[in-house]
Amino acid sequence: MAETVQRLRGTFFTLNVNSLLNLAGGIAVLVAIIATLQRVFESGGTYFFQTLGFGLAQGAIFALVALGYTMVYGIIELINFAHGDVFTLGAFFSLAMMPLFGLNPSSSGAGVILPLLGLFVITMLFCALVNITIERVAYRPLRHAPRLAPLITAIGMSSLLEGVMFIWRGPFNLAYPDFLPEQQLSLGGGITIAAKAVFVIILALILMVGLTFFINRSKLGKAMRATAQDRDAAQLMGININRTISATFFIGAALAGAGGIIYGLYYNSVAAFDGFAYGLYAFTAAVFGGIGNVPGAALGGFMIGVIAAMSDGYFTVAWTRPLIFGILIFVLVFRPTGLLGMRVPEK
Amino acid sequence: MPAILRVEGLSKRFGGLVAVDNVSFEVNEGEVFALIGPNGAGKTTLFNCVTGFYAPTFGSINFGGRDISGSPPHRTAKAGIARTFQNIRLFDYMSAVDNVRLGHHCRMHSKLWDSLFKTPFEKREEKAIIEHSMELLELVGLGRHADSYARNLAYGQQRRLEIARALATSPKLLLLDEPAAGFTPQEKVELMQLVQVILGRGITVFLIEHDMRVVMQASKRIVVLDHGEKIAEGTPAEVRSNQRVIEAYLGKSA
Amino acid sequence: MSRVRTWFQDNRRNPNAIAYSVFIIAALLYPTIVQFWTGGNGDYLVGIAADGGIYMLMAIGLNVVVGFAGLLDLGYAAFFAIGSYTYAEVASYHLGVTPVDHALHIPFWLALFVGMFIAASAGALLGAPTLRLRGDYLAIVTLGFGEIVPIVFRNGGIWTGGVPGISGLDVPTLPGWFQGPWINQNFAWVPDFRFTTANLTAYYVLMVLLIGMTVVLVHNLYNSRLGRAWMAVREDETAAAASGVNTVTVKLLAFSIGAATSGFAGAFYGAKLSYVSSENFSFIVSVTVLAMVVLGGMGNIPGAMLGAAVLYFILFWLLPSAPSQVESLASSVGLDFLNKAVPNGWPGIAEEISRSKYVIFGLILVGIMLLRPQGLLPSQIRKQELKHEEHEALTVPRQLQS
Ligand SMILES: Nc1ncnc2c1ncn2[C@@H]1O[C@H](COP(=O)(O)OP(=O)(O)O)[C@@H](O)[C@H]1O
Ligand SMILES: [Mg+2]
Repeated sequence: MAETVQRLRGTFFTLNVNSLLNLAGGIAVLVAIIATLQRVFESGGTYFFQTLGFGLAQGAIFALVALGYTMVYGIIELINFAHGDVFTLGAFFSLAMMPLFGLNPSSSGAGVILPLLGLFVITMLFCALVNITIERVAYRPLRHAPRLAPLITAIGMSSLLEGVMFIWRGPFNLAYPDFLPEQQLSLGGGITIAAKAVFVIILALILMVGLTFFINRSKLGKAMRATAQDRDAAQLMGININRTISATFFIGAALAGAGGIIYGLYYNSVAAFDGFAYGLYAFTAAVFGGIGNVPGAALGGFMIGVIAAMSDGYFTVAWTRPLIFGILIFVLVFRPTGLLGMRVPEK
Repeated sequence: MPAILRVEGLSKRFGGLVAVDNVSFEVNEGEVFALIGPNGAGKTTLFNCVTGFYAPTFGSINFGGRDISGSPPHRTAKAGIARTFQNIRLFDYMSAVDNVRLGHHCRMHSKLWDSLFKTPFEKREEKAIIEHSMELLELVGLGRHADSYARNLAYGQQRRLEIARALATSPKLLLLDEPAAGFTPQEKVELMQLVQVILGRGITVFLIEHDMRVVMQASKRIVVLDHGEKIAEGTPAEVRSNQRVIEAYLGKSA
Repeated sequence: MSRVRTWFQDNRRNPNAIAYSVFIIAALLYPTIVQFWTGGNGDYLVGIAADGGIYMLMAIGLNVVVGFAGLLDLGYAAFFAIGSYTYAEVASYHLGVTPVDHALHIPFWLALFVGMFIAASAGALLGAPTLRLRGDYLAIVTLGFGEIVPIVFRNGGIWTGGVPGISGLDVPTLPGWFQGPWINQNFAWVPDFRFTTANLTAYYVLMVLLIGMTVVLVHNLYNSRLGRAWMAVREDETAAAASGVNTVTVKLLAFSIGAATSGFAGAFYGAKLSYVSSENFSFIVSVTVLAMVVLGGMGNIPGAMLGAAVLYFILFWLLPSAPSQVESLASSVGLDFLNKAVPNGWPGIAEEISRSKYVIFGLILVGIMLLRPQGLLPSQIRKQELKHEEHEALTVPRQLQS
């Protein structure tokens, strides 16, 4: 009898703690939404759509970077801290390559489209090569070492890349040319959205859809999924593990490189250490969507982008970073599988 | 004899897979109890439930009159259940004696304060623990290897070191997961002698074993699992002549 | 003579005993040598060493977290910040200008432990929910926490002094102190002694004592039941749990003890600078301390100390002084053009060198992990681990798995 009571009490207690936490979390989210809605109604529709457009655009960039984190984590369970810096490197490298394509800050009009395409290709290739070199040099030799070891070299690689860019261009914000059209697109009803934002979102979506097709249809994509699920089994099936992992780093970095250019084009400014915070935002997006889950990373990217924009636009910029990192910690603690769930099982 | 471990209606599911399916049995104090069954039958999973590594999906586990279902591993260890692992898990880079010293952890009383300031109490306790660890190493025949790194020991020695570490937790019930796997006949005989010594110390032994001869000889009662279900229970003679057991081991066609 | 030699030979198998002796001798001789070498103007260098001691304390603390328990803490500077700000709140006029309207002036020695305690509590609060997670998630959680904390202090408005921070903190005091020729004074006993920048040797002595105390305590922990449990958890969490170790508690203790050390160092830092600002606690501090531990040898106390000393010397002495020396070297060998900055291009060699800090961190973290993962002064256990690791991939598992 006493035993039963004790057990019931045990269940009751655990239920209580969990449901209390859920309740508290739910209330916090609800309060945030209500407070935001109130301010949205106060400030009117035009401002809202500007903010939303900005949020979706930066979310698209987060998503591009988040994909690299999530793919690498899915396949070797490593947080590639250097990924955010590969992204900044994309911006730096493309800036340096512009003269090669006849681009300069005063270029504009339809004439920039073709050179820009070339710039995208060469930058994506460059970032991809840098990233697979990083994997070869800093991660692969440690694949069988304790987990701590590659995490530390990843931090080191991040610092190294930042340091290289810092030595190269110094502590300044570099001006990035503004090639994108400045006009506002009308959505009807007096509501407008920046053409720039639309361009960024569409470009990112094209890249993401391409990636999804690749992963679902191509042989290499299938090998990547198989390796992520069970490396040993994949190896037994004759999949070349090293090549598959390299391919993952290659694709992730190519997307990050493209993200770097888009970042430059959208914000028109880039600095050596931008990748640190931006990378963390993107990582938050990956965790939010469910790390290891490719559509999750895209979804998480857009959501984090919008949340950050709303916080910037309707509350204070100073608290946006703590908010985003607070979300990161809360998701990891209370829902480590993220919104869409982890694809990788715990090993 | 009173039951020391009572498993009632235990089930464990992994997604759709039912690894242990509604299994009940009792282990009596002071006996050698065996769990057998083909590979993948759910034996290790059952051990993991008893020691708290998995929470049962259904059912209860009662140890010494207390319900321990869902208790975490360190609690079950403290309650008096020790175990070894099918694929040996030692602290490879700690010496043999340090492995056994670690096993005393949950029976030690030094607090953070004692450790920080190396109080006389802490020194006395450490000294006693070292002596007891050496005694346990002698018991399993590793007295001469106290300072070797665990990973440098031979396979059979590692198995015995793991038993010594388990004994260091002063258990009432010792769970051995295939302790004789990969042993030569001579080693198996020695192991069974060791089991008798452990039994002599008042510790109940519950083991998983594949070698029928070892099981039949050493254990008093046996439970047979197949596909997660209990298909037989009884003395070695009863189990040996059970039709379902024969089928499970040799296949239906045989 | 022969006795000395046997002493060294005896200790050859235990490099730590030698390392500790060298540290003690170096710490004792350093102020004298520096003053002698600079002709009595070495106060500045003694002060630098005292500041370096703060990093050494942090390295010893982070070594408990990363080296002993195997937890990657990337937000270590957050606890340093918490210690500093706690000291600033409880030992300055500052609370008097907040809505509390009542300044606290807790004595230095007590305030040091208040800072430590608050930091340890923050560590426990952060660790309790997160240490259940897998290891790499902890790295991320701490990284996020390390980013949040300084921003919260910066945004704290009147409570934390906002962007400028809090200045005018109480300086350390002692009931008395000896002064003497080492600071160009006559021998005398100074009652009610206040630490000031005029007497950096006093800070230095205090720092050496604090480090000595910390080393003894951490060393005791390492050789106790708890230290053994840390090692076990790092090697095999499952086996540790089966042996009766509450892995979450043990990890939480490591995490909180690390945080406590960092908070302690932070409180001392605040007292010495007499000033705190959120700018001083960014991610780079956490990475610096991590690089120190990795460089010296994870899991070994003297290793962490050596790593801290070497890296501190490079970052805060060599790197700031090197640019001007290289500049004069360049002009003396006729490479003057290297010194000239080109607009939007080459910033001059001096500037390039002073920018190389991040590359140095990166090279240390990557280079050490790849080439000498046991660090400069390895712990015995790590050395064994790593010696075998390279073969691990090649050998078949020792026994059949189920
Ligand atoms: N953690 C787990 N997740 C999913 N399936 C598991 C897990 N542990 C065991 N199983 C499955 O449960 C079944 C029983 O395994 P096990 O208890 O190890 O068998 P035995 O020890 O009798 O050989 C097997 O099919 C195994 O694959
Ligand atoms: Mg098994």
